[in-house]
Amino acid sequence: MIVENLVFYTFSAILLVSSIMVISARNPVHAVLALVATFFLGAGLFVLLGAEFLAMTLVIVYVGAVAVLFLFVVMMLDISFAELRQGFLRYLPVGGLVGLVLVVELVLVELHWTVTPKVLDKPAAPIPPSDQVSNSHALGHILYTQYFYLFQASGLILLIAMIGAIVLSLRSRAHVRRQSVAAQVGRQTADAVAVRQVSTGGGV
Amino acid sequence: MASFWTFVWPLIVIVAAIVAIIIPVLIGVAYLTYAERKVMSAMQRRQGPALVGPLGLLQPVADGLKLFGKEMVIPSGANPGVFLFAPFLTFVLSLVAWAVMPFGAHLVLSNINVGILYLYAISSLGVYGTIMAGWASNSRYAFLGGLRSAAQMVSYEVSMGLIMVTVLLCTGSFNLSEIVLAQQTVWFAVPLFPMFVIFFISILAETNRAPFDLPEGEAELVGGFFTEYSCMNFALFMLGEYSNMILMSAIAVVLFLGGWLPPLNFGPFAPIVNLVPGPIWFALKIAFVLFFFIWMRAAFPRYRYDQLMRLGWKIFLPFTLLWVIVTASALEIFGWLPAVVP
Repeated sequence: MIVENLVFYTFSAILLVSSIMVISARNPVHAVLALVATFFLGAGLFVLLGAEFLAMTLVIVYVGAVAVLFLFVVMMLDISFAELRQGFLRYLPVGGLVGLVLVVELVLVELHWTVTPKVLDKPAAPIPPSDQVSNSHALGHILYTQYFYLFQASGLILLIAMIGAIVLSLRSRAHVRRQSVAAQVGRQTADAVAVRQVSTGGGV
Repeated sequence: MASFWTFVWPLIVIVAAIVAIIIPVLIGVAYLTYAERKVMSAMQRRQGPALVGPLGLLQPVADGLKLFGKEMVIPSGANPGVFLFAPFLTFVLSLVAWAVMPFGAHLVLSNINVGILYLYAISSLGVYGTIMAGWASNSRYAFLGGLRSAAQMVSYEVSMGLIMVTVLLCTGSFNLSEIVLAQQTVWFAVPLFPMFVIFFISILAETNRAPFDLPEGEAELVGGFFTEYSCMNFALFMLGEYSNMILMSAIAVVLFLGGWLPPLNFGPFAPIVNLVPGPIWFALKIAFVLFFFIWMRAAFPRYRYDQLMRLGWKIFLPFTLLWVIVTASALEIFGWLPAVVP
């Protein structure tokens, strides 16, 4: 128990520090790297909670794909952070409000659990004991039975987002030389080479 | 005192186990560089390293010592923190993945439920070492190499993930030991042969090996993302690359070639092949896959970048996606779905 607490506080402390670095770092690339560290430590906290499936998914999706694209964009584009900072005071109230709403929600949930602990006995989906069912099986069971339609709907939304991204970024440009492998492979000697008798000095 | 030892004793055991895994891996890395040079020289009718020690066997040691003696250079425009962290990250990531690798029945450091996801997560982190090195060097060549590598590794990871899904459909478990045990009747390389071939090509691309070694394509990019690295930083990148090769081969062996299970395990052969312990079979199979890595490098010219992207996105991705559906349908229709805990 002592070891677990020690690990938890170490992870949370570094997580808080790196998440502050995300918004305070001067160099945008450092900010993204701090974001990666934040995701990774978040995954560590999930592992401590016994939610290893969520932890691995967090690392695969956010660290392995999303943050790589962030890093890509930040490195490629010449973003001047000084310029971005100019609107700081103007957007502070809106950002602060969103942050406040999130904090209030968290506090409400926590209060709810502390004030009426009985609500924990009546969850929407019963949590199977973790020593009998691994949490990937448990999650799959709930997703594919109870929440099947919602799961499908979220898949469809993602599909629409993907098609939208393709439509927005697809443009056909003239003068682009593309390789057609089928045409190259299907090419015969007869199509490509013509044998001519050329008279001396006559040219082709 | 008793409570003190209940904490310390497991710690000692785990550290000893980690050392017992890492030392053979590092020796394997050293001799993989030697094997690569020897095999390629044999294929090209040359001698290869032959001067240091008998048959040149001490060549890796000499190379390591030489790199220790070099001067460490940090370019003036570089970002020192990230510059030094990148090779370290590459090297560490190539070693931590071994934690879940099953070397034999019950012979595994950490037998976690989500082993295969852990491996996938660690291999998807590998891209950071390259992209950070490329950016922090503050050099055009290194930056282009880093960007190429990032795009390449992200592209091929997608089809690798789908291939893992087909294997998982056949086993019904994320646990690596259970994946190996599911192959007792037939190795997955037989029924899923196309997936095995695509997986092998994908791990070539994932480890930046020829014919997909564009991030370090010396013809156009000098040395790619490690152009600016010297001394032990460079050595860490090299160790990371070769250790990643061994790791990816080990993943291929676990997923498709039956892990530690002996080949020809039937009829008259069974008593003979079972004389050899499982970890030895595991190592031999890894060596077999690694030989193909080296063979590919000796046999094929480097891909062009657009061809690489075309292969990843337009051929492998649709094909693996289709194969996931085919496998799932076959398992469902013939009732071969693995028994799953409720």
